Amino acid sequence: MRALRAFFHRLRGLFARHSAQDDIAAELESHLQLHIDDNLRAGMTPQEARRRALVQLGGLEQTQQAVRERRTLPWFEYLLQDLRFALRQLRKSPGFTAVVIVTLALGIGVNTALFSIVNTVLLHPIDLPHPGELLAVDASKPNFETGSISYPNFLDWQRDNRSFSGLAIYRHVGFVMTGSGYSERVRGNYVTSNFFPLLGVKPSLGRLFAAGEDEIGRAPIVMLGGGFWAREFGSDPNIVGRSITLDGRAYTVVGIIPATFDLRVGGFLPEDIYVPIGQWQNEALKLRGAGLGIHGIARLRQGVTLAQAQANMNNVTNHLAAVYPEEDRGLRASLRPLREAIVGNVRPVLFVLLAAVGFVLLIACSNVANLLLARSSARAQEFGVRIALGAGRSRIVCQILTESTALALAGGALALVLAAWGTHAAVALAPDTLPRASHIQLSPAVLCFTFGVSFAVGILFGLIPAWRVAARQPQSALRDAGSRTVHGSRHRTQDALVVFQMAAALVLLAGAGLMVRSLFALYHTSPGFDPKGVLRFSVAGPDALVLHNPVGARAYARSLDQQMRSVHGISGVSLMGNDVPMTGDDDEELFWLQNEAKPADANDMHWSLLYTVEPDYLRIMRIPLLRGRWFADADRADTPHVIVIDENLARQFFPNTDPIGKIVNLTNPDNIQATVIGVVGHVLHWGLDSDGSSSLRAQLYIDLGQLADSQFLSKSGFFWNVAVRADHPDTVFPEIQSSLRQMNASQVAWRPLTMNQIIAGSLAARRFSMILLGAFAALALLLASVGLYGVISYLVGQRTQEMAIRMALGADRGRVLRLVMRRGAALAGIGVAVGTVAALLVTRLMASVSLEKSSMIYGVHPWDPITMIGVIAILTSVALLACYVPARRAASVDPMRALRSE
Amino acid sequence: MGDKADVWQGTLALMVLKTLETMGPQHGYGIARRIEQTSGNLLSLNYGTLYPALLKLEQECAIVSEWGTSDNNRKAKFYRLTRVGRKMLEREERSWQQATAIVGRFLSPSEES
Repeated sequence: MRALRAFFHRLRGLFARHSAQDDIAAELESHLQLHIDDNLRAGMTPQEARRRALVQLGGLEQTQQAVRERRTLPWFEYLLQDLRFALRQLRKSPGFTAVVIVTLALGIGVNTALFSIVNTVLLHPIDLPHPGELLAVDASKPNFETGSISYPNFLDWQRDNRSFSGLAIYRHVGFVMTGSGYSERVRGNYVTSNFFPLLGVKPSLGRLFAAGEDEIGRAPIVMLGGGFWAREFGSDPNIVGRSITLDGRAYTVVGIIPATFDLRVGGFLPEDIYVPIGQWQNEALKLRGAGLGIHGIARLRQGVTLAQAQANMNNVTNHLAAVYPEEDRGLRASLRPLREAIVGNVRPVLFVLLAAVGFVLLIACSNVANLLLARSSARAQEFGVRIALGAGRSRIVCQILTESTALALAGGALALVLAAWGTHAAVALAPDTLPRASHIQLSPAVLCFTFGVSFAVGILFGLIPAWRVAARQPQSALRDAGSRTVHGSRHRTQDALVVFQMAAALVLLAGAGLMVRSLFALYHTSPGFDPKGVLRFSVAGPDALVLHNPVGARAYARSLDQQMRSVHGISGVSLMGNDVPMTGDDDEELFWLQNEAKPADANDMHWSLLYTVEPDYLRIMRIPLLRGRWFADADRADTPHVIVIDENLARQFFPNTDPIGKIVNLTNPDNIQATVIGVVGHVLHWGLDSDGSSSLRAQLYIDLGQLADSQFLSKSGFFWNVAVRADHPDTVFPEIQSSLRQMNASQVAWRPLTMNQIIAGSLAARRFSMILLGAFAALALLLASVGLYGVISYLVGQRTQEMAIRMALGADRGRVLRLVMRRGAALAGIGVAVGTVAALLVTRLMASVSLEKSSMIYGVHPWDPITMIGVIAILTSVALLACYVPARRAASVDPMRALRSE
Repeated sequence: MGDKADVWQGTLALMVLKTLETMGPQHGYGIARRIEQTSGNLLSLNYGTLYPALLKLEQECAIVSEWGTSDNNRKAKFYRLTRVGRKMLEREERSWQQATAIVGRFLSPSEES
């Protein structure tokens, strides 16, 4: 207690030093006076009186020192002293200080921003308890590695497995919600009752679905997502127990899922509402062979490994294949760690970016090292003098360390500001596919990381000069400082660092350049149609009018077309299925050719993408018609079935023959025979960059008007995508919407996207990494040229007198300029040479990194000469500029003044 | 001077506190003189060591200081005992007496029987 009290007094003493110093001096003075008075009274001479008083005190200075040491904490005071001295030194050279701090801030700041993203996206992609136990479960079929699980198979898997503490399924679904104002489209997920308990999600209000409530035929109930609850119902707590109307049925609200729940895997997104899967009014749910887009999530039992679970599930599926050979032959369960399923496709890209950031940090650090090195040699004389005068080496080392740590910390603090801003910017740019992007923020872990890095950098680069100083004999330091000779070894270190910076910057520039070229190549890739002027959206018709009435639905579709065509600026309207190019959605058709026997099952059929469209579609998309004819209004349900195929399907199945007039057997619907009437150009359905590497590229068009009645209505009612050609696709949607509402207030249109937006969205991930990599490359270029500038400036500063002598002896300014420039150019040249070799290796590596489905480098060779020459030119010119500035300064030296100033 | 004893480690604080208790507020020089006098000039006190000790006591809140004027009209810093200091003195006094009593018994074993 006493010691603590004293400690605080001493701590306070640190800050009130000056007044305390005066105080003790006054007190001792008064002590002496009193003593002298007494001595005088005792009859001493004034001199004697003073001498005796001082002797008895034990010396004025010593006493003051003793009191001072007692007053404050000496070690702390040394530290403060060092810090003050360091700050004073740094203030004396503001240019050096600013460059070091900004360099560090950029290097560390970018690092922190990216680490924030990596921390959330890669290290913590799942914000749920025990995420390591969670698996993504799919049905693996010969054509699909991660195919859909049928409901009966799911029930058997759930019952028979011995590896999971839970197995749940989900399926994306859209509803039309009515009851408040205009009808509204809401998105949701069908889930099993154990879905949320398995994940460990608790309701923020009400309850979760109870076991058994997910079975077919139970009462309709629903849970709301927190965001939807707030948006639609103002977070009204009384919502639980009330009912909402979805697709014309009343669902009782039982609970609220917290708005913070965030899981994005495969087709699952946190959506507006959750409904038990048994509510799905789809007869196909009961079919074991149905592919309905249902996927699973499982939690491993404690102590069970993935391999054990896979072996166990293999037994289960083998048994099912024996019992149901028709549906389950060749079907297995595919198990993947959920984390891998989520981040698998962003991981390589983030690693490339992390590597880029590492390079930037290395460049920044070598910059700082170089500057500190230059500075320490400039100060060698100062240290030499101090050591000669008796300063302890440890004190000098401490002082250099303090100085560099102060720099590093200042850089770190500024970096944090940059990082906060950079993270914000990166999140704004991030594509939707980045998991948990909205959760990315500067976390305490990131904070520690930043300060860790900045501390390490400070200590490390403080140590080199400190160690050098401490190891030296003072007389050698003094001798060197006086001479004008140049140290070869120190220059070699600095030169090596500059060469490294140049090389690293070149590698980054080459990588970024290739990304830019890839994106450029993609923007100039024709998608197979003309995206300009095309708008797509979805419509759902009123249920009561058309449900279970295909004839009415057909008529309704026609009047819908008419209504939309009447909107100003619309020049073509086509309803279509799920097969909108570039969205990632598709329909498929299974068929066999006329000269083939009907295959035994789906696996032996031919597969193709299926487009169900109206006659306007060709005109809207401006897909080129290569042969034959396109659909016409005359093609009706009661006329012979006709199809149009794309050039790929033609090449694949009708090589060397004219496909027009050939008969194809379609399985869906009901083994119809259809005649090929035309061939159109191939559309890059899977995206500009991914279509080429996709396995399913044959395309087949059927006329929506020829669909059988049974197909015209989907199980959830009247639901179609729409493609229109419009003069102003960006702004026309509200007009379409109001026109549709006029026609029937209970029908909804939603999610308008222009084709250009869809294409841009499909390239978002690529653009995101390009922008980031480009930013890093620019940063690297900047830092490397600052480094070169610094070294050449230092060189010029060191050799000013040499230059002056040369000029005094008759060298002209051009010659001096050339001398300096030659040195800079030599460094840059070696850097470029080393960098080119490294870049050729690194870009080869980059080409093997895939971005979603295609390589990061697309459409250009990884050794693309244009890119290489371009970035070399950029780097070289920036480097020469960085040399030119100090070279000019050297050349403009006034020889007389420079020599006199010695 | 050779026959004078040095101040034992740790006893100076006790002497300062006791001096302030008996004399009331006093300046550093006065305390030093008083300690010398009380010891019958047997103690050799380096006056300079007094000031860190005073500062330590002050930091421990045992004493407080304040500028004032001495008897012969000199400005001087006066130290005064606080409540904390009084308690500290009591405690130290007791433990010191105990210690000397114990040592005393060892040195004069005749009393034992």
